[in-house]
Amino acid sequence: MDELIQHLVNALILGGTYALLGIGLTLIFGIMNVVNFTHGALYTVGAYVMYLAAAALGLNFFLALPVAILGGLLLGAAIELVLLRPFRGSDIDTTMLVMIGAGIVLQSGTLWIFGGVAKAIPSPFPEAPLQIGPVSVSWLRLFVLGAALGLIALTYTLINRTKLGLAMRAAFQDADTAALMGVDVHRIYTATFALGSSLAAAAGALLGPVYVVFPQMGGLAELKAFAIVILGGLGNVTGAAIGGFILALAEELGAGYVSSGYRDAMGFLIIIAVLLYKPTGLFAKAERIG
Amino acid sequence: MSRLLPFALLAGLVVLPLALGPNPYLLNALIVTGILTIGAMSLNLLLGFTGQLSLGHIAFFGIGAYVSALTSLGFDVDLGFGIRAVHEPWPAALGFLLATVAAGACGYLIGRLSFRVRGAYFVIVTISFAEVVRLVALNWVELTQGPLALTNIPAITLGLPGLGMWTLKTKLQNYYLVLGVGTLCYLAIARLVGSRFGRAMRGLKENEPLALSVGINATRTLTVAAVISAAMAGAAGSLYAHYLRIIDPDVFLFATTVSMVIMVVAGGKGTLMGPVVGGLIFGLLPVALRPVMAPEAQWIVYGVVLIVILFVMPRGIVPGLAVLLGGRPARAVPVLEANPAVQR
Amino acid sequence: MSAVLSVEHVGVRFGGLVAIADLHFDVQEGEIVSLIGPNGAGKTTAFNVMTGFLKPSQGAVRFRGTGLRGLQPHEITRLGLARTFQRTSVFPDDTVLDNVMIGLHRHGARISRTPLLDALLGRSGASETRLRARAEALLDWVGLADRAREKAGALAYGEQRLVGVALALATEPAMLLLDEPVSGMNASETRVFVRLIRQIRERGITILLVEHDMPMVMEVSDRIVVLNYGRLIAEGPPDRIRSDPTVIEAYLGQGSAARQAAASAREAVHA
Repeated sequence: MDELIQHLVNALILGGTYALLGIGLTLIFGIMNVVNFTHGALYTVGAYVMYLAAAALGLNFFLALPVAILGGLLLGAAIELVLLRPFRGSDIDTTMLVMIGAGIVLQSGTLWIFGGVAKAIPSPFPEAPLQIGPVSVSWLRLFVLGAALGLIALTYTLINRTKLGLAMRAAFQDADTAALMGVDVHRIYTATFALGSSLAAAAGALLGPVYVVFPQMGGLAELKAFAIVILGGLGNVTGAAIGGFILALAEELGAGYVSSGYRDAMGFLIIIAVLLYKPTGLFAKAERIG
Repeated sequence: MSRLLPFALLAGLVVLPLALGPNPYLLNALIVTGILTIGAMSLNLLLGFTGQLSLGHIAFFGIGAYVSALTSLGFDVDLGFGIRAVHEPWPAALGFLLATVAAGACGYLIGRLSFRVRGAYFVIVTISFAEVVRLVALNWVELTQGPLALTNIPAITLGLPGLGMWTLKTKLQNYYLVLGVGTLCYLAIARLVGSRFGRAMRGLKENEPLALSVGINATRTLTVAAVISAAMAGAAGSLYAHYLRIIDPDVFLFATTVSMVIMVVAGGKGTLMGPVVGGLIFGLLPVALRPVMAPEAQWIVYGVVLIVILFVMPRGIVPGLAVLLGGRPARAVPVLEANPAVQR
Repeated sequence: MSAVLSVEHVGVRFGGLVAIADLHFDVQEGEIVSLIGPNGAGKTTAFNVMTGFLKPSQGAVRFRGTGLRGLQPHEITRLGLARTFQRTSVFPDDTVLDNVMIGLHRHGARISRTPLLDALLGRSGASETRLRARAEALLDWVGLADRAREKAGALAYGEQRLVGVALALATEPAMLLLDEPVSGMNASETRVFVRLIRQIRERGITILLVEHDMPMVMEVSDRIVVLNYGRLIAEGPPDRIRSDPTVIEAYLGQGSAARQAAASAREAVHA
C-alpha cells in the first residue's frame, strides 16, 4: 500500500511535466495542423539553456528557468517564421517532413556544440527529501510539479482570457473564417508555435535538473508527447493535460509492478490499445455532423 | 531517359567494384547504402504508392534482422510456466526466408490497422509499434542478449546443386548479394505498380471514395501493400544481420526510419527510381562529407538538405528532373463543346 | 417491369440532426428517375446510403432483390450499382486513360486466381492489353478519346464529369447513380450530356440522378422524386411535378437560389 502511494505521488510529479509537453504539441497540431517533430529537440534545447544559464554562467536557478522558457519561445518563433511560413498551404506530410529535418538539425547541433557527455544541473534545494508518513518526495521534484502546474494554469489563462487566446481559438475553429474576421492568422500561427515550443523548453528545463541533460534526451520525450496527445485526442488541450498524468501513472505502475525495463514501453502500449479501441483518442471532441 | 536510367544504373553498379579496386571502406559504405536503399524502396511502396506514412518501418527491418540472426544462431529460452523454447541453429539462408515471412506477418497487422486509424494517428501508431519492439529487443536479454548484442551471426551460404556452395563472407560477395536482392525487389515493385493491384493503390491514394465506388477493396489493397513492403524490409534486415554479423537493439532506432524517409522523399515518393536515387545520394553523402566534417555536422547537412529539397523540389529529385528534362504537351480545345462521338 | 432499386423507409440521423426522416421509393428497370429537392433536403445523403458510404439509422435499401445492409461500398459496386461524385469525380494525378484503367479494376478479375503472382511474374500482359483496349473503347464512347493522355486533374470541370461517368461505366453497372452531373456545365454542354444519359439508358442501364438544373431534369426524367427536409413530398412524371403545389411551395420557401431554380422549373413548364 505504501509502495502504491509512493508510485501515485511520483506519477503526479512526473505527470505535470508530461502535461506541459503534451499541451505544447497538441496546441500546435490543433491550431496549425502541423505534427511537430522539433518538439523533442526544443525540450532538449530548454534543458541546455537551463544548464548554460544555471551551471555554466552561474545564474540563479529560479532566474535560469524563465531564461530557458524564453529561449524556447524565441527559437519556436524563429522556426515558424523561417521554416513553416513558406510551407503554408502544403499538406500535413510535407510540413511533418520539414519538421523532421529541423529536428535533426537542432539535435545534431546540440550534440555538436555540447558533446555527447551528459551534464548535470545543480539543484538549489536541500538533498534530504520531504518525508510525509511513508512517502518521500524530493524538494526539487515538488518545485517541478508546482512550476509545471503554474505554467499549465498560465497557458489556460492565455488561451481563455486574452485577446490572443480568443484569436487562437478562432483560428482553431476555422482559419479561413478567422482570417475573414480580421484575425492575422500568420501572426497567430507564429504565436502558437512559439507558445508550444516554450512549453516544451519549460518541460526540458524542469526535468533537466531532476535527471541529467544529454543531446538525445528529446527523442523519447517527443515520442511520449505524441502518446499523450493521442491519449487526449489531437488538438484537445485539456485532454493532453489529463493524458500527461495518465501516461505518468502507467509508467510508474508499469515500472513498479511489471519491469523497470518496460517503463518506456507503457506509453506506446497505451497508444496502440487506445487507438484500437477508439481511433480518435480517449477525449476526442464529438465528430462533426454532416 | 527514364526508360534507360535503371539499366544504366544497374550496369554501373555491377562494374563499380571493379572500377574502385580494393577499397574496403567504400565497399562497406556501398553495401550498407544498398541495404538501406532496399528498405527505402519497400517504404516507398507504402509511403509513395498508397500514401500511408509509416514511420515505424524500421520495426520490420529490425524484426527481419533478429529473426534471421536467431534462426541461424539458435536459442534456448525459458518462457515461464515451465515452458522452454529451444531451437537448434539452421542455415542462414533459411533465416533469410523466415525473416521475410515474419516481417510480412507483422506488416499484415500494421496493414489491418492502417484501415482503422488514418493520418497523424497512423504515423504515431507505427512509431509506437517500432518503439515497443525495440524495448522488447533491449529487455528480453535471454533471447536477444539485450544491449550486449547478438554476435557471431553466420554469413549466408548459397548453394547451387552440382555447382558447389559459397559462404558469402567477403565484402565483394555481400555487395553482389545486396545488389541482386535489391534488383529483384525493384523488379517486383515495378511489376506490382504497373499491374491492376498498383492501379488500385494509386486510386486509393488519389481519391479514396472514388476508388471504393469502382469496386476497389481498400482493406485488402492496403493490407497486401503493407505485407509486401514489410517483407522486403525484413529481407533487408536479414541481409544487414548476416553482413555485419552482429546486431543490437539499435537496429530499431527511429533515426534509421528517418534516413529511409529522407531517401524516399528526396528521391521522389511514388516513383520507382526515386528511392534508389535518394538512397544512393543520402547513403553515400556521409562518405563524401566524412573527410570535411564531424558526424554531428553531417547530420546537420542531412537535415538542411531535406528541408531544401522539400522547398525546391517538393515532389523529389526524380520527378523534378523529369519536369526539367521533358516539357509538358500543350492543352487542346475542350471536347464537350463540339464532340462528334457524343453529338451523334 | 420490376424494381431494380427499392428504398424502404430509410432514415438517417447524425446525433440529433435528422438528415432523412423517412424515404420510400422504387426505381424500375430501364427508368431514368431524378431525385430533386432544395439544398439540404438530404439528396446526397440518400446517395451515400444507397452506395454504402453511410449506414442508415433505420430502413433498408434493396438492389435487384439483395439487401445492402452492412455491405461495403466496393461490395455494392460489385453487385452492379455504380455512382459518380458531385465534386471530385476523377483520380487527379493519373492520365484519363489510367483513370479508366483504375475503374476497370474488376473487369475480368476472375480470370486468374493468383493475380499478384501473375503480376510479379509478368504473366498479366495479355489481360493488360485487353483492359487497355476496353478503356480506350469506353473513352471513345463518352467522347474523351483525344483526352486519353492528359492528366485528369488538368481537365475542364465538365470533362472531369465525363471521366467520372466513364469510370462508373467501367464497373459494368446495371444501375447508375449520378450526383449533380451537369452542375457547372453551360447550356450546350448540358444538352450533350443529356444525350449521353439517354445513350447510357439505351444500353440497358437504369439511372437515378440528383440534379439542380430543373430544365435538364424535366427534359430527361421519366419520373421525379421530390425531397424536402428529409421527407418525400411528391413523386410522379415531370408534368405532374411541375404543377404540384407542394413542390412549388417547397422551392419558394427557400432562399433566392432555390427561388431561381423554381422559376426555371416554371419556365420549363412553358417551354
